[in-house]
Amino acid sequence: MLFTSYEFILFLIVLVILYYLMPKKYQWILLLGASYLFYAFAGRTYLLYIMATTLSTYLISNRIHRLQQTASDYLKESKGSLSREERKEYKTSMKKKQRRLLVVCLLLNFGILAVLKYTDFTIANINSLLNLFHVRKELPFFRFALPLGISFYTFQTMGYIIDVYREKYSAEKNVFRLALFVSFFPQLIQGPISRFDDLKETLYSEHFFDAREVSFGLQRILWGYFKKLVIADRLLIAVNTIVGNPKEYQGVYVLVGMFFYAIELYCDFTGGIDIVIGIAQVLGIRIQENFIRPYFSKSITEYWRRWHITLGTWFKDYMFYPISVSKSMLDLSKKCRKWFGNGIGKRIPVYLASIIVWFTTGIWHGAAWNFIVWGLLNCLVILVSQECEPLYFKFHSRFSVKDKFWYRLFQVGRTFWLMSFLRTLDCYRDVSTTFRMYGTIFTEHNYGQIFRGGFMTFGLSLADYIILILSVTLVLVVSLMQRSGSVREKFAERPILLRYTAYFVMFLAVILFGAYGVGYDASQFIYSQF
Amino acid sequence: MKKKILINIAAIFLAIFILSMIQRLLMPKYMTEIPEGNLIEEYYDEEKKHDVIFIGDCEVFSNISPITLWENYGITSYIRGSAQQLIWQSYYLLEETLKYEKPDVVVFNVLAMKYNEPQKEAYNRLTLDGMKLSQAKIGAINASMMEDEDFITYIFPLLRYHSRWSELTSEDFKYMFKKDTLSHNGYLMRIDTKPVNVIPKGKKLPNYQFGDNSYSYLDKMTKLCKENEIELILIKSPSVYPYWYEEWDEQMVQYAKENDLTYINFLDVVEEIGIDYSKDTFDGGLHLNLSGAEKFSLYFGKILSESFQLEDQRENRDLAKIWEEKVKFYYDMKADQERELKEYGYLKSYGGQAQQIEPGNE
Repeated sequence: MLFTSYEFILFLIVLVILYYLMPKKYQWILLLGASYLFYAFAGRTYLLYIMATTLSTYLISNRIHRLQQTASDYLKESKGSLSREERKEYKTSMKKKQRRLLVVCLLLNFGILAVLKYTDFTIANINSLLNLFHVRKELPFFRFALPLGISFYTFQTMGYIIDVYREKYSAEKNVFRLALFVSFFPQLIQGPISRFDDLKETLYSEHFFDAREVSFGLQRILWGYFKKLVIADRLLIAVNTIVGNPKEYQGVYVLVGMFFYAIELYCDFTGGIDIVIGIAQVLGIRIQENFIRPYFSKSITEYWRRWHITLGTWFKDYMFYPISVSKSMLDLSKKCRKWFGNGIGKRIPVYLASIIVWFTTGIWHGAAWNFIVWGLLNCLVILVSQECEPLYFKFHSRFSVKDKFWYRLFQVGRTFWLMSFLRTLDCYRDVSTTFRMYGTIFTEHNYGQIFRGGFMTFGLSLADYIILILSVTLVLVVSLMQRSGSVREKFAERPILLRYTAYFVMFLAVILFGAYGVGYDASQFIYSQF
Repeated sequence: MKKKILINIAAIFLAIFILSMIQRLLMPKYMTEIPEGNLIEEYYDEEKKHDVIFIGDCEVFSNISPITLWENYGITSYIRGSAQQLIWQSYYLLEETLKYEKPDVVVFNVLAMKYNEPQKEAYNRLTLDGMKLSQAKIGAINASMMEDEDFITYIFPLLRYHSRWSELTSEDFKYMFKKDTLSHNGYLMRIDTKPVNVIPKGKKLPNYQFGDNSYSYLDKMTKLCKENEIELILIKSPSVYPYWYEEWDEQMVQYAKENDLTYINFLDVVEEIGIDYSKDTFDGGLHLNLSGAEKFSLYFGKILSESFQLEDQRENRDLAKIWEEKVKFYYDMKADQERELKEYGYLKSYGGQAQQIEPGNE
């Protein structure tokens, strides 16, 4: 059931009506039922995977929590009777037990994800290697079906159990409540990857119908559909034409494809997240923001703080820091300082942790070398720019351009194009084609062609381009307005006639100009495939 | 508070009104191109009192002239035909028609038996968009939808035609509220001629058995007619394409026998009817032109009036008055088409230029 399908809209309407009509204390149970129903639409067998993740996490997190309580009670009771060493030893042994349980849970759940998502990729690489050594045997592919949103819910659930292990909060005692946290349907397909302590406050509470909240939620949903259906799915036609015909579309067309894809992906992903957050808001539930106008970033580091925020913070909290401060990494750091001196020595563990995190980020997005190279190139750019910081500092202290508007605009443009370059790896079928296409930007001098009818060969009409220009301008204006606070709140203070007219015009724009139905390929949200 | 509620209610009504206006504007009008898209809708403006109702595909709306039946036998009839009308659509159209009137005879053209499942969204639209919302329409939609279609787009066609905003013409504005009548009781007149060049042989089929789904709707149709004491006649209308196989014919003969129905294969009596495929078809043998349709209607009308005892209604003053207008419209259009044909060499405003239907595609 796609967010853009009529079935989903009907499902949502029925759910919201029931949600506010039923006794408030059962609302979360209805949400659980709705989430499982939503998931069952994607494939009933997929339910087994999400149930396995829920159940294993529930059992193990509660076991960990009980060990924590036992340890805490024992240490309280035996205060004074145990020496400091004995207490430390006991604590360590109990932590070890908890860690063992945590590792089992992580291995099991990341194992399911790895097997389903990466088996065929691994086999393809083994086959390539065998081929390289002229071995005629090829391993067969398994072609596992990937359960809907498995990358998202696995990360969210594993984040939860790590937090329980770290004693950030207690384990959830009610398996059904945990099941709702894992499967809450709006965020199941493309995130955000929520934290239990953020979500539980509103997920299980009783919600009364609040016209303002519902109205704000509906506005956000409408805005999401506008970005997805009017812009992203329209641009998809042009992007598919360009990247699907690399022999025909080279040089300047690669740049156009990059630009179009940047807008398409932004509108697709943020549009989807707007729908997710809007649905949650209609239900009275607050979900964390996942984007803060990322294309206004002045550096790649800043960009990654503003794009897919919950994934970035997940990697930072559950991977980068634990790796950086792990015992083996600290030992390595010590050795490196000894061998290479303080400057390089302290960098090596950070670099290593960054490379591991970016490799994982890449492969999380998809089981293909494109994504791995994309992740590693992001890492390279970030590390290089970190290394260049002293140079930037010198430059800025010599030339006071930092606060100049044109310089900030240059920084924004530079970051946008750099990210668009890297992101092109998502589009072409393999890494070598992508690099070949990068090359043609410099070797094919066809810049004039694009204005001599080139734009009209992508499958879009003049009317489509007019809609795109107007819509993207609107998105840009709204983004600029958002810098000084919520646009919806500002708009809520306007006269009713103006507001209602604007809502209706937006609704009409989605209905009339949306690229859906016959003549358009129904397009899934790009991030739902990850 | 009260004021706010009133404003909200007014806003909702206004929004619905604007949306319905936009829907009217965006829906195809089928006035000059693909006029067959209007046939189903035109029935609702009709005085619903007919001796015979014809249901089926293009072989009924192109080949039978209700005016000829009236003029020669005093039979009042209406054709609820549409392009590639599938048998379940015919069934639901009949079910709907019977809510308005009870004819003595229903004639079904059996070519549709060859389709056991939905074929093409575009053809579905030509039949279903014109139907008024009813239980029958819902049944027809559910039976006709292709896998990638959505039910709701038939109920709110704006969702289907939303992207037509970029191709609107003056015709869309002109016929937004009122359309011209194009058919003559469901008959779509074409006076031009495109003779048959080659009479094709049927391609070998892997299986000649009509599908279960087709049979189940034929059963339903038979039952519905019997329940309403209506005579159901199965016919195979004369045409060169699409090929009507001997094996298909045998199945229809058998079915008619088992269910005590009349089945007439007019392909067997083409010469007796007097059809000359060098003159009587406008598209190389798929459909008859006016001359062919009149010959066929004259022949079939005789059977209807003699074998099914349909009364000559020409003495009925009220009916005669209604039909007088229809006859006038018929001959006016004929004259107009003759004028166009003479002036342009083709039918300019009657879809004659399009000739989109190719043999094999129907």
